[in-house]
Amino acid sequence: MSEQDDPNAPGQNVPAQRDDTGDLIATRRGMFGPAAGGDTSGYGGLVRTVRLPGASARPYGGWFDEVADELEGALEEQDLVPTAVIDKTVVDRDELTFHIEREYLPAVARTLRDDPALRFELCTGVSAVHFPDDKGRELHAVYHLRSLTHNRLIRLEVSAPDADPHIPSVVDVYPTNDWHEREAYDFFGLIFDGHPALTRIMMPDDWQGFPQRKDYPLGGIPVEYKGAQIPAPDQRRSYS
Amino acid sequence: MTPSPSPAAASAAPGPRETTEGAVYTVTGGDWDEIATAAAASDDERIIVNMGPQHPSTHGVLRLILEIDGETVTEARCGIGYLHTGIEKNLEYRNWTQGTTFVTRMDYLTPFFNETAYCLAVEKLLGITEQIPDRATVLRVMLMELNRLSSHLVAIATGGMELGATTIMIYGFRDRELILDLYELITGLRMNHAYIRPGGLAQDLPPGAVDQVRAFIKKMRKNLPEYDKLASGNPVFKGRMEGIGYLDLAGCLATGATGPILRAAGLPHDLRKTQPYCGYETYDFEVPTADTCDAYGRFLIRLEEMRQSLRIVEQCLDRLEPGPVMVADKKIAWPAQLALGPDGLGNSLDHIKKIMGTSMEALIHHFKLVTEGFRVPPGQAYTAVESPKGELGVHVVSDGGTRPYRVHFRDPSFTNLQAMAAMCEGGQVADVIVAVASIDPVMGGVDR
Repeated sequence: MSEQDDPNAPGQNVPAQRDDTGDLIATRRGMFGPAAGGDTSGYGGLVRTVRLPGASARPYGGWFDEVADELEGALEEQDLVPTAVIDKTVVDRDELTFHIEREYLPAVARTLRDDPALRFELCTGVSAVHFPDDKGRELHAVYHLRSLTHNRLIRLEVSAPDADPHIPSVVDVYPTNDWHEREAYDFFGLIFDGHPALTRIMMPDDWQGFPQRKDYPLGGIPVEYKGAQIPAPDQRRSYS
Repeated sequence: MTPSPSPAAASAAPGPRETTEGAVYTVTGGDWDEIATAAAASDDERIIVNMGPQHPSTHGVLRLILEIDGETVTEARCGIGYLHTGIEKNLEYRNWTQGTTFVTRMDYLTPFFNETAYCLAVEKLLGITEQIPDRATVLRVMLMELNRLSSHLVAIATGGMELGATTIMIYGFRDRELILDLYELITGLRMNHAYIRPGGLAQDLPPGAVDQVRAFIKKMRKNLPEYDKLASGNPVFKGRMEGIGYLDLAGCLATGATGPILRAAGLPHDLRKTQPYCGYETYDFEVPTADTCDAYGRFLIRLEEMRQSLRIVEQCLDRLEPGPVMVADKKIAWPAQLALGPDGLGNSLDHIKKIMGTSMEALIHHFKLVTEGFRVPPGQAYTAVESPKGELGVHVVSDGGTRPYRVHFRDPSFTNLQAMAAMCEGGQVADVIVAVASIDPVMGGVDR
């Protein structure tokens, strides 16, 4: 959202829009979707920045500090420098996210699983997100880890550039990620190094391209409804 | 891995095909004598069977690739993706409210869980979790628990059918029909409801619904013991189920299996108890477990969970107070003042009369909310609900726009199906059916 031209003044009953804090991931120009064409509205000149919640400062609150302390301590025991491993820590909407440098992901996952004070036994798989405008960090892999012992849930986020879409696999730590990593590879082209058999899982084996990347078109054809032509979903006016 | 017969080879004439691992016979019909003679000439009894994707016992379009030696399965693998419909991608081109129309079609046997999980995630991003009216939350819980019943009934019914126990199948579908009738009464549809919306529900209960649900509980209380009488103690049924599809606690956690599979391994992990949502902490119910780690334990757990769900539905009816079913915030509440017209359910004529005739602002507001939708502050959220199959997680990312930037469903069927190989390898071919049925995968959820 825009930082200054926010039409939603405080006190309005809409959720508060964020200001210019946070990490810039994209800059959007124009409005209503189509980039070119007969824009006579003036909206084509709009410039908006898209920002995701940025790094949080201590204290994180609740059990978040305890988990962060334990993780940092356990990493130091392995002669790893926590600040080099953990890029940033984000606390947003009562959820704790560790952004991990990709080369340390297996070590962090193993620590989180095995350390008695952490014990994140259950991984709920990996969800990939594509931010084509976030240069150098286009592809994100998001892992949610659940601790049954301590009844906690945390999130790990790892990023890789489009030019080098490699992330170490965590299948040997969490075997459940076998299919999840294949799915992320299938849809986003993320290559999980060390995965036992990284093949397509949903799309046909000979499929070209990675369908859930933002530059991959949705497809579709215009349909006629009650005499009017309704364009394909990805050609319709967009307000995002 | 050994080479499995490729679709291209299926059309080839029967006969051995030389591969690096020896002669491979592709059997797709033709003269069986010829094939049997040729296979007998080889000393290798290893056969690769492609079961599915169009096989009545594989729960939809699931393809099982089994390497068998005599009657023993030596390796088992799944081929999935035959029902992939790109729902996650499609969601990125629709507004937040339209999303429910898509997610309800994922695991089509648990539509209310998909809708609730998605809506809880959107509400978390919006920061309105606390503002959802009580009536909407209670109705969500009621519908989810009815849905747990109908999903477990299908699991038991189809599982029984695949064993040859057609009576269980008939009973299961008979009782599920009662629940589908309730869905139809409440939402207007038997499946694919899109009834639960970000902020609340599409509309309130119709008149008479509470009485119908009460009548259903009474009837279901009478019907449930029939499954016990028919199956629970049945020696043939037990003979087929006990010790089959074995997966212990370590195996469950490694493969990420949740739901009845995890609880059959003895761990009473249920998100309704451990991470309550929708006020589940205020309901009185038990989490059944078993320590058998097998298909029979999972069957008993499903049966007991149905009893517990009936208890929760009853408590929902008791605490149902009149009130709104949509969040008060008019910037979010979809103006879905629906009424039954001559051409079906649609906007009520009174509402149209008001916005068209008396209030220009209401018309503009309605138009903007319906065409454009509401904006959701940027960020990401993960919510999980305990679906009948296990942990159904939703990871939603917003870029501050009127459409989801990314929605990912962690479907329990998808994750649990990975355990198929661990459950089946080393067992008999006939037990593969029992093991897969005890996982209860729904391909709409697996492939999305």
